[in-house]
Amino acid sequence: MSKLRQALALFAAGFAGIVNAESLDAVPLNMPVGVTEISRSVYGLHMTIFWVCVVIGILVFGVMAYSIFAHRKSRGVTPATFHESHTVEMIWTAVPFLILVVLAVPAAKTLVAMEDSSDSELTIKITGYQWKWHYDYLDHDVAFFSSLNAEHNAARQLNSPTAGDIPSMETYLKDVDNELVIPVGKKVRFLHTSDDVIHSWWVPALALKKDAIPGYINTNWAKVEEPGVYRGKCAELCGRDHGFMPVVVRAVPQEEFDAWLVEQKGGNVAAGGTDTAVDEAPATAEEAVVEEAAPAAADDKDALMAKGQTIYNNVCAGCHQVTGAGLPGAFPAITGSAVATGDKAGHIALILNGVAGSAMSSYAWMPDEDIAAVLTYQRNGLGNSVGDVVTAADVAAAR
Amino acid sequence: MSAVDTHHDEHHAPPASSIKRWLFTTNHKDLGTLYLWFALIMFFIGGAMALIIRLELFQPGLQFVDPSFFNQMTTMHALIMIFGAVMPAFVGLANWMVPMMIGAPDMALPRMNNWSFWIMPAAIGLLLSTLFMESGGPAGGWTMYPPLVLQGGDSFAFFIFSVHFMGISSIMGSINIVATILNMRAPGMTLLKMPLFVWTWLITAFLLIAVIPVLAGAVTMLLTDRFFGTSFFNAAGGGDPVLYQHIFWFFGHPEVYILILPAFGVISEIIPTFARKRLFGYASMVYATASIAFLSFIVWAHHMFTVGMPLAGELFFMFSTMMIAVPTGVKVFNWIATMWRGAMTFETPMLFALGFVVMFTIGGFSGLMLAITPADIQYHDSYFVVAHFHYVLVPGAIYSLMAAAYYWLPKWTGHMYDEKLGQWHFWLSTIFVNLLFFPMHFVGLAGMPRRIPDYNLQFADMNALASVGAFGFGFTQILFVYIIVKAVRGGEKATDQVWDGADGLEWTVPSPAPYHTFDTPPDVK
Repeated sequence: MSKLRQALALFAAGFAGIVNAESLDAVPLNMPVGVTEISRSVYGLHMTIFWVCVVIGILVFGVMAYSIFAHRKSRGVTPATFHESHTVEMIWTAVPFLILVVLAVPAAKTLVAMEDSSDSELTIKITGYQWKWHYDYLDHDVAFFSSLNAEHNAARQLNSPTAGDIPSMETYLKDVDNELVIPVGKKVRFLHTSDDVIHSWWVPALALKKDAIPGYINTNWAKVEEPGVYRGKCAELCGRDHGFMPVVVRAVPQEEFDAWLVEQKGGNVAAGGTDTAVDEAPATAEEAVVEEAAPAAADDKDALMAKGQTIYNNVCAGCHQVTGAGLPGAFPAITGSAVATGDKAGHIALILNGVAGSAMSSYAWMPDEDIAAVLTYQRNGLGNSVGDVVTAADVAAAR
Repeated sequence: MSAVDTHHDEHHAPPASSIKRWLFTTNHKDLGTLYLWFALIMFFIGGAMALIIRLELFQPGLQFVDPSFFNQMTTMHALIMIFGAVMPAFVGLANWMVPMMIGAPDMALPRMNNWSFWIMPAAIGLLLSTLFMESGGPAGGWTMYPPLVLQGGDSFAFFIFSVHFMGISSIMGSINIVATILNMRAPGMTLLKMPLFVWTWLITAFLLIAVIPVLAGAVTMLLTDRFFGTSFFNAAGGGDPVLYQHIFWFFGHPEVYILILPAFGVISEIIPTFARKRLFGYASMVYATASIAFLSFIVWAHHMFTVGMPLAGELFFMFSTMMIAVPTGVKVFNWIATMWRGAMTFETPMLFALGFVVMFTIGGFSGLMLAITPADIQYHDSYFVVAHFHYVLVPGAIYSLMAAAYYWLPKWTGHMYDEKLGQWHFWLSTIFVNLLFFPMHFVGLAGMPRRIPDYNLQFADMNALASVGAFGFGFTQILFVYIIVKAVRGGEKATDQVWDGADGLEWTVPSPAPYHTFDTPPDVK
């Protein structure tokens, strides 16, 4: 028995080692405790069930180990002949059942609390796209896309020249261009849906994971207690770049949040009063000025091309690639394509309507100016040289 | 076909090996052999795909494959391993052992048996061929969730038909097994005297007959959605993407038990043999198997806790899922009680069986954790889930298959396998398999989603460990093939009894088992 005890002690020590390493917080190896009441109860449930399993494991494997040690033929034992006992069977059916009942009660309580999204103070609609998120503050007329940090996006390409920088990128694949900003201490309700395939919006520190499903609006909520940046990922396989659509939530005090909202709305007005659909954050003041100061002038083409390239890289390059070469078999090339080098009207129609039965969905939600810019870029950049310019008026006429 | 004319001496040798023999055979032993070799080849093909995945995941950044090919690999790895390796391997064992264990001369429907095998290479060939088509293989995950799966190219049609073919093969195999067990038992072999392996297969076969048509329906709806303009699962056309998930998992959860119940049967044969003591609680083992099979039909939505179900649904599926721990626990307790006060020896089959009990139980523990819905919402679609189901499938189902191979190899070939190499195979596999799958628990809990080709530096150490484990485990399996080939070719002559603690009709026939056994039914006391 003493040997057994020694072995157990060794096992426990090894285990404590793991737990200690975790508390050092160098590399997290466990579920985060999180920053909401719900996330703390989820963490509590997780650790409770974990320790229940550890204790049962030690008992079961302990008995088994003892049996392997003591009841081996090489020790000259004769096998017993018992092979049935109703009492024992009853006990090891009933005891696990009771343990489960005890576990089920707190689990059910937490679940009920998680599902109660009533009395929320702010509602944000989250729409999944291949491969980015769209956040819409329904009560505040603020909306924007959030996609992978451009630097990370460049480094993560196959044979990328900047791949060597990955080890120095602390938030590699966990950072976005536009963060979702929420106030602390407020019950924020999230509505999840999708424009194309199923995605899943996951932020471990908030204990939130909900599928974004086309045709559905799912709900969950969080009341974040501490200001901070909380990072997550898309959890449901959503195609080629499933691994590259992070979630970043920045929780800030209410005053800061209010100021941020004003800033967002202000930015909106300057940009022409439309919905801040495509990545307005990089659309700086100069860009807005360019847009207003030189409408449809001949020398406007360069500006259109520059704007179009930014939009293209953010919106289109996920499938069609930064080079415009597409991915053979999955996503057609823009370079030399019949559509992008053909009739202007056909090109506009394709963007507005999408292609049925393919991954190309309608981009009619984009402002006319943005569509005009990106089409101009597709026709005159990426190795194409049609020479014409698509204007916002062309797009408006085609709608 | 000549094999059906069983009017010969029981001890005559099998016909000479020729293409015609293997193509037209209706002999359960030949077909069992074909199934087992086929499964072994698929194990290596599916394993090679897993190694491509682990190669890409060895370091952060993309070094080797494009993400779309990576997705094809995760999808195909699962399909090949489930439908090409584990399921056919268990059918192969059933073919070989069920008639011999119940004292029957062959399977009840020998010609159908031939068909159900030969459909398999065609089906898997069709599936693998999609990798060489322009649009590549399926890349939407083995669960084939729409709308994603509908974005695939035209190779999708081949993929769907191959699933249909595999399903037809499974249903035919299952009907055959049910018919054999219910009609061809030797006189005196009452249901509650059947070896547990036979029992678990009887229940598995019923599960297959019940759920494969459900899968066939689901994938057919996908096919018409993709090619014929229906909108079963298309929200824009009034359909419902979540409906697919309900249908799929109504198949999928029983399918999980289809992969593990025969493993329970194998382990329940091996542990008593090497403990030299009767199986503890035979009747409760049968009832536990039946309970697990029943429960498997009412827990499916626990795969979908994040799709947005009503609270009542989530509570129901949480409670029903937790219940599974009870009969599964009974099984583990019975195995340990069988060992208790036995006289154990530790030949390779026993080592794999003991490895199964320990590591399957670890997978069971993480399964219990996954049952707790609020926690599951965090575990779901993370590497924690990947760790969980690989623990129950690799050191679970696949260990039981390896245990079975070592256990019955002397009966199949007439030669003892190389015990020393067998022990090496066990220990190397066990070290590497844990190195491979244990770290996945940690990265999953820390926030790494499954099915991603690239990750943040924080996950790098654990992923590197897992990749080392994967390559170690993969290459160790070459040793397994070597041991099998060596035993087929020659080696120490096996006795009829083979293992001194073995009990059952299969040990009453000579080793190797003659081409036809039990032409005259044996007497079962």
